[in-house]
Amino acid sequence: MKKHTIVALLQDRPGVLSRVIGLIRRRGYNIESLAVGHSETAGVSRLTLVVESEDVEQVVKQLYRLIEVIKVSDVTDDPTVEREMTMIKLHAPPAARHEIISMCSVFGARIVDVGSNTMIIEMTGTPGKVENFIEVVRPYGIKEMMRTGRIAMVRGARGHNASEYVEPATNGVAVPALN
Amino acid sequence: MTKPLTGAQIMCEALIREGVEVMFGIPGGAIMPFYYAMWDYRDRLRHVLCRHEQGAGHAAEGYARATGKIGVCIGTSGPGATNLVTPIADAMMDSTPLLAITGQVGSHVLGKDAFQETDITGITMPITKHNYLVKNVDELPYVFKEAIHIATTGRPGPVLIDITKDAMQKTTVPNWDIKLNLPGYKPTYQGNRRQIREAIKLLISAKKPLIIAGHGIIMAGAHRELQEFAERLRIPVITTLHGIGAIPENHPLAIGMPGMHGWVHVNRAIQECDVLFNIGGRFDDRVTGKASTFAPHARIIHVDIDPSEIGKNVRVDVPIVGDARLVLQALLEDLPPPSELAELHTHASDWMEHIREMQDKHQGKQQYKNRAAMANMSLPPHDVYEALSRTLNARGNYRVVTDVGQHQMWAAQLIDWNHGPRTHITSGGAGTMGFAVPAALGVAIAYPNETVWAIVGDGGFQMTNQEMATIVQEGLKNVKVAVINNGYLGMVRQWQELFEHKRYSGTPLSGPNFAKLAEAYGWKGLTVERSEDVQAAIDEAHATDGPVLIDFRVEREVNVFPMVPQNKSIGEMILSESQA
Ligand SMILES: Cc1ncc(C[n+]2csc(CCOP(=O)(O)OP(=O)(O)O)c2C)c(N)n1
Ligand SMILES: [Mg+2]
Repeated sequence: MKKHTIVALLQDRPGVLSRVIGLIRRRGYNIESLAVGHSETAGVSRLTLVVESEDVEQVVKQLYRLIEVIKVSDVTDDPTVEREMTMIKLHAPPAARHEIISMCSVFGARIVDVGSNTMIIEMTGTPGKVENFIEVVRPYGIKEMMRTGRIAMVRGARGHNASEYVEPATNGVAVPALN
Repeated sequence: MTKPLTGAQIMCEALIREGVEVMFGIPGGAIMPFYYAMWDYRDRLRHVLCRHEQGAGHAAEGYARATGKIGVCIGTSGPGATNLVTPIADAMMDSTPLLAITGQVGSHVLGKDAFQETDITGITMPITKHNYLVKNVDELPYVFKEAIHIATTGRPGPVLIDITKDAMQKTTVPNWDIKLNLPGYKPTYQGNRRQIREAIKLLISAKKPLIIAGHGIIMAGAHRELQEFAERLRIPVITTLHGIGAIPENHPLAIGMPGMHGWVHVNRAIQECDVLFNIGGRFDDRVTGKASTFAPHARIIHVDIDPSEIGKNVRVDVPIVGDARLVLQALLEDLPPPSELAELHTHASDWMEHIREMQDKHQGKQQYKNRAAMANMSLPPHDVYEALSRTLNARGNYRVVTDVGQHQMWAAQLIDWNHGPRTHITSGGAGTMGFAVPAALGVAIAYPNETVWAIVGDGGFQMTNQEMATIVQEGLKNVKVAVINNGYLGMVRQWQELFEHKRYSGTPLSGPNFAKLAEAYGWKGLTVERSEDVQAAIDEAHATDGPVLIDFRVEREVNVFPMVPQNKSIGEMILSESQA
């Protein structure tokens, strides 16, 4: 099954994320990664979803059925910049540190904490590069690892500014934040 | 208006502003402030006290399905709210505009497992079009307006508003100057013009075209446009279970119901047709049978207001997202003059002739009920339907609500549905037993001057018959119930007989004396055991100025045919027990 990267704009309302996740679960879609956070426009979040599906059009249409979903784009075949971040707590006795540090510099990873026998390494990159890095450091002994979901942005002038879809605060009338 | 109101008063005012006149519900702790306020509005907002929240929900559905207006039901927190879950799910499957209002525990104890606290917004997330938890009184005018807007526009559906008790009790000066903030909700009503022209091109070049008319025709009020369009092109029209009423069945172009218990000639026509034009039906699996084998020779045009329905179950060649009525109007505008349709018309009449030949050969309504097997039954169910159909068509002015099971399929098959949209109301998508009696209550309130028949099995009747008391308390005299009493959960028994070696596991069913039960409720109760008494009982029901129940003790083990076994192609129908 093909993997698709979907970017969606969501109106910020309570429960919106559980609506998206619930939909994915009950329709039986396989998600590989999901990341969500504020967009450039107040009241709108931007979500990146990596989903495995033979019928991605159905996934997009089902997402649109959610009232809060403003815009959904399948950017799989668009030129995008994709990033993911990981933090790895590595077994790092003093003898191994030198090697680890040089490995990090090759990958552009940063060491953000050093303990007596451990290091926390932060690494941001394309999902493939993050994957490679993890494999390279794995032999030292990974004590803990955390990965964020993938985020993707379409290159150049294309893409969607959230403010296109949201009307500015209306004529002084109460449009409750619904929080 | 600058007077401060309580949240509960604001709820009443908001409902009145949206044109709500009647609500079905049951009070309880968390929703009591709403009932307190309702007292002052009782001349404008009628509250119907039901006997079970499920009944309240189905009654609201019946009201909505019969009128096209929003149906409103009310429950308290916890069990009151969870009892509404079934009708909400039913409304979701059948695209019924329903507003469920539930009370919630006070916001200060929310999330603490307070008495009768249930996360009803969490529970109903997958079965509502949208839902809300309101904790702040100031949000109420906005939320009610948005909720009803969402429930009634686009593809209609159920919306739930859960309101904490304190939000109903607090006061505020309501702001009714509301502009909806719904950037993600913009239903498409007008069909794409290019696709519409494409559809016409396909239809005009067709030799064996068919129209499937679904629930969308009824909901959009597109029955006149549908009929005109079919007549202009002379295309045969199939009506799905929820499309019944889209075209009168005695119309020369109407050919009947497709699918699992549809007619042989209809399913065969689908398998033969070269262009299939589905307006407002969603290619449910009960219609398509095994989807990959459905309409193998057809180019498919699909009109639906919900884009996600298009291409979901079957491949579609010409997708048109829009309102059935507006799309049909656009189609009619773009039709070429009759002179250019001459060739289509010739093909069409050959095609129609072929379909009618198949209809004559395989058992249509008429032959079916004359099956030899029924000759020595004292009351074959078919005799009940024949008499009902004859009487209803002679009298007019009726609505029929059916429950779920064999009696439901017989009603769809055997009654001649000639009286327009919203005269046949049933639980289709969810197949909810227990729907009919409470839904009939809602329909009877909407149309007090019409006769509302609930046709229900002995199984489904025993799920929600307590609403008979509600019908009495509300003084409704126009409800008549026909129990098709076969002493079985009949449809399940049929599957057991045909496909499971007659292992009647959990299907033989007893019950009280239904006529006596009816009498106990203050209804007239009649019992019919022989075919020759059917007509007199139906006439007596009509002649009685009050609710009447007839217990039709029909032959117990009769099957609904024709039938497409589950997951089989609709081309492979079985017509009798020996073919199973
Ligand atoms: C609430 C609910 N429970 C179970 C079913 C499964 N079911 C479908 S038809 C049927 C039998 C209905 O029996 P009855 O109401 O007597 O109608 P009949 O088929 O005998 O006409 C059952 C149990 C259902 N549809 N709804
Ligand atoms: Mg039964």
